[in-house]
Amino acid sequence: MRPIGENMFGEILEGLRKAIELIISVDPTVVQITLRSIYISGTATLLSVLWSLPFGITIGLRRFPGKNFVKSIFNALIGVPTVALGLVVYLILSKQGLLGSLHLLYSPLAIMFGQALLITPIMVSFIASAVEAVDPQIIDLAKTLGASELEASVAVLNESKDGVLLAIISGFNRAIAELGIALMLGGSIVGWTRVLTTTIALETGRGNLTIAIALSIILLLIVSAVSTLTNLIRRRR
Amino acid sequence: MQTFSRDRLVVSTTTSLFDTGLLDEIETHFEKTYPINLNFISVGTGLAITFAERGDADMILVHAPSKEFQFLAEGYGLCRKIIAYNFFTIVGPETDPAEIEGLSSEEALTKIIEVGRNGEAKWISRGDDSGTHTKEKELWTAISFDITMLQAENWYIEAGAGMGKTLQITEEHSAYTLADMGTYLKYYHENLITLKVLVSQGQPLLNVYSAIAVNKTLHPSTNFDGAVSLIKFLVSEEGQQIINNYGQEMYGRSLLYPAVELLEEETDQMLIRWIREYAFLNGYECPPQYHDGHHELYN
Repeated sequence: MRPIGENMFGEILEGLRKAIELIISVDPTVVQITLRSIYISGTATLLSVLWSLPFGITIGLRRFPGKNFVKSIFNALIGVPTVALGLVVYLILSKQGLLGSLHLLYSPLAIMFGQALLITPIMVSFIASAVEAVDPQIIDLAKTLGASELEASVAVLNESKDGVLLAIISGFNRAIAELGIALMLGGSIVGWTRVLTTTIALETGRGNLTIAIALSIILLLIVSAVSTLTNLIRRRR
Repeated sequence: MQTFSRDRLVVSTTTSLFDTGLLDEIETHFEKTYPINLNFISVGTGLAITFAERGDADMILVHAPSKEFQFLAEGYGLCRKIIAYNFFTIVGPETDPAEIEGLSSEEALTKIIEVGRNGEAKWISRGDDSGTHTKEKELWTAISFDITMLQAENWYIEAGAGMGKTLQITEEHSAYTLADMGTYLKYYHENLITLKVLVSQGQPLLNVYSAIAVNKTLHPSTNFDGAVSLIKFLVSEEGQQIINNYGQEMYGRSLLYPAVELLEEETDQMLIRWIREYAFLNGYECPPQYHDGHHELYN
């Protein structure tokens, strides 16, 4: 038998070396896939902000019956398995589904839509908590000074902007690192919907470990860079 | 970067064709000639067919004749063409505890059951409803074993994974499995596995790949014309040549053999009889009622 096991460390090191070469030499495929990942998940995050921000502020700011229940549901949904959500959105975007006539399946838009839904719970929960943490006297003060409901919200948002930024960054991190939705809704089509996570899965399946390792390193770098940013913001607070 | 200005053709395909890299080669050549963007969605044959039935793919490239016949009969498919063939192979550890090397597939599987029940060998099944899994079930049935019965035995392990992953699991367990030759060669040559080809000949191991367009009357928005273009390209001299040449540089042999000339010129009578018995429906690769007027494909 060829000694696969004995060479394991050698193989990993060799893979790492080649992977770093790929990154340093600015391999065009690697760059394209990386940029596409950032573009798709970044757009998904912005899309999700559109509804998560007003929703999160409303939940954080207002008192209404069942508020704790709503919050606990969003908290629970933070951990939704990406393949489960991917399957649900697939059924919606499929030709026989509710939005089938839009022909969105297997396109970057489909991934953006799916990832935007995926990170909605995490964004809403974080934003709501950030808003709740704001001293309630600020709202009262604003209202006393003649501020409208909307103006009071803006004042609260201004006070909680670090927490909101934290929510957005966490959402982006979850989106760019997920595989299930990108694979099921994008299909990993070369040059179009192939992103970091789907390429890692695909190339591992094909036995091309070098490129898979290179892309894993890049993904790790992106996620840790964003996490570091989060920590810096936390410390500033 | 892909734009919407070109026509789009979504092809759901078996992993065994995709993972070898053959489809990348076909895409490059096809897109040079046709103003169509090929989008391959790589899944097992079972899921590839489900996608097509739901209208989410315009065409399928698969290798499970029994499932293909059903697909045609239920009205989902048109213009089926057999594009290539090769042989499945039973691979296992070099020590070959069941001593199956050189046996027929029936004898080999019978011995694996025997030795497996003694606790001296394991079998890894794809377990994912793929074309290879379908073949595996047929092979057990051929020696009068029911797969649901085998599933309960502890030497029989279901991976529920693609071919590459299944080969790696087989390697880890020093077990036996059924593999398509293309994926096996790729993994072997890249030193990812040490498993050895033990049985690779005989009619039961025949593996036939077909292309089928999705019926446009069922799903009006599918790109039927694009699918017919790709089918014509695959059976053209250029397409068949690409299939034949693929792998020769890397592995010193073809991963798949082109089927069109073989079936037309009737050179190898035994092989043709095997393909007809295994992959023809009522004596046709595609019965006339499913030609949809494209009789030029079947001269």
